[in-house]
Amino acid sequence: MREINVNEIIPVVRKLCIDANYYIGEDVLDKIKEFYEKEESPTAKEVLSILLENYELAAKEKMPSCQDTGVAVVFIELGQDVHLVGGDFYEAIHEGVRQGYKDGYLRKSLVHDPIIDRVNTKDNTPALIYTDIVPGDKIKITVAPKGGGSENMSEVKMMKAADGIEGVVDFVVDRVRRSGGNPCPPIVVGVGLGGNFEQSALLAKKALLRPLNEKHPEDKWSKIEEEILEKVNNLGIGPQGFGGRTTALGVSIMHKPCHIASMPVAVNIQCHAARHKSSVI
Amino acid sequence: MAQTIKLQTPLTDEDVSKLSIGDKVLISGTIYTGRDAAHKRLVELVEAGKELPFDIKGQIIYYVGPAPAPPGKPIGSAGPTTSYRMDPYAPVLMDVGLKGMIGKGPRSQSVIDSMKKNKAVYLAAIGGAAVVVAKAITDAKVIAYDDLGTEAIRELTVEDFPCIVANDIYGNDIYKEGVEKYKK
Repeated sequence: MREINVNEIIPVVRKLCIDANYYIGEDVLDKIKEFYEKEESPTAKEVLSILLENYELAAKEKMPSCQDTGVAVVFIELGQDVHLVGGDFYEAIHEGVRQGYKDGYLRKSLVHDPIIDRVNTKDNTPALIYTDIVPGDKIKITVAPKGGGSENMSEVKMMKAADGIEGVVDFVVDRVRRSGGNPCPPIVVGVGLGGNFEQSALLAKKALLRPLNEKHPEDKWSKIEEEILEKVNNLGIGPQGFGGRTTALGVSIMHKPCHIASMPVAVNIQCHAARHKSSVI
Repeated sequence: MAQTIKLQTPLTDEDVSKLSIGDKVLISGTIYTGRDAAHKRLVELVEAGKELPFDIKGQIIYYVGPAPAPPGKPIGSAGPTTSYRMDPYAPVLMDVGLKGMIGKGPRSQSVIDSMKKNKAVYLAAIGGAAVVVAKAITDAKVIAYDDLGTEAIRELTVEDFPCIVANDIYGNDIYKEGVEKYKK
């Protein structure tokens, strides 16, 4: 058993919020550069070069690369041999988010109530926290700020087993087609398959954490990811929806067993600012 | 890029008649910010026959909710927000003189029709390019609806603010024509 004081978590979460917003991953930059070389549309090339310039400037000026610094989605892998002391674990995460969004000059984008009284919570809390208990005595914290424009283009569909893999591919491609320029393409497409209604959505979000330069570990799934990516990039939507070849930088699938009667499919659309940073305590 | 055109606000009919979809535009002068909540209030004022918090004739509204300004900077990161949410309000504002809108993503047919009717244009800023855009903003002050925080109406002074013409006054739409061209 390892004892960890929850107050140790606060500065870690604070820094992850700031770093995720200021510094995009090398995998994203490499993918944008790779697609820039292949892009046929001059307008699309111009957009991709502005995006690269923006990420470079964000890191240099220490400013968030996008003004929509999102909801703070926090994934926790909590070792089962950890004993948390010193206070409320989740409150410590919220406090880290509060400090990170304030000190990093990040935009606070949450409202208390979705419909009747849409008043800003002013500190970007509550964070959305998902916890998995894992073997070991460490805590892995991942902060993945998620913007509203791309999140709004996401969808869950309860499909039939008879729809098959073709049905899934068609649904995902159609979801991207209907999203057009709204989610800030080039996008990353997270696909969650199986589980149940709510787990499919979480799988789609977790799929977005996989680095863009890593393939799915199983060949049969990696082939489907490639098929979807090709179809999505043949839609012609292009960067920002102005037309071009670079609609998505990657497709990432996660799957789980599901009920004999069900086949839930979730698509979580991520804009090019595929931001996430992790730390292990 | 078709061509690069420099524009100075407020815009005239002659300014907007020169623009075609795909053109790169660099805007200098004053522009105003406003998104969902501010638009709702502006339209309520127009419908009540009251005066707006700024003279809208020939002006441009930029759909943005900027990040807070870090020390020493006039504004924080300030990329565009998705425009379709402003579609229910935009034609009312064009009818009273609005000449340009800056945002990201396609517009509805009623907005496109209103642009033709009122000789107004829709310019796309690059979604996510929030630091590049912020660099073009040299001054920012809240002029209305301070209570809305990031959604308040700000008056921005801009210099060579970069955009791409997405809808011109002739009814052309880059989101349709561009995609059609590259669809396989």
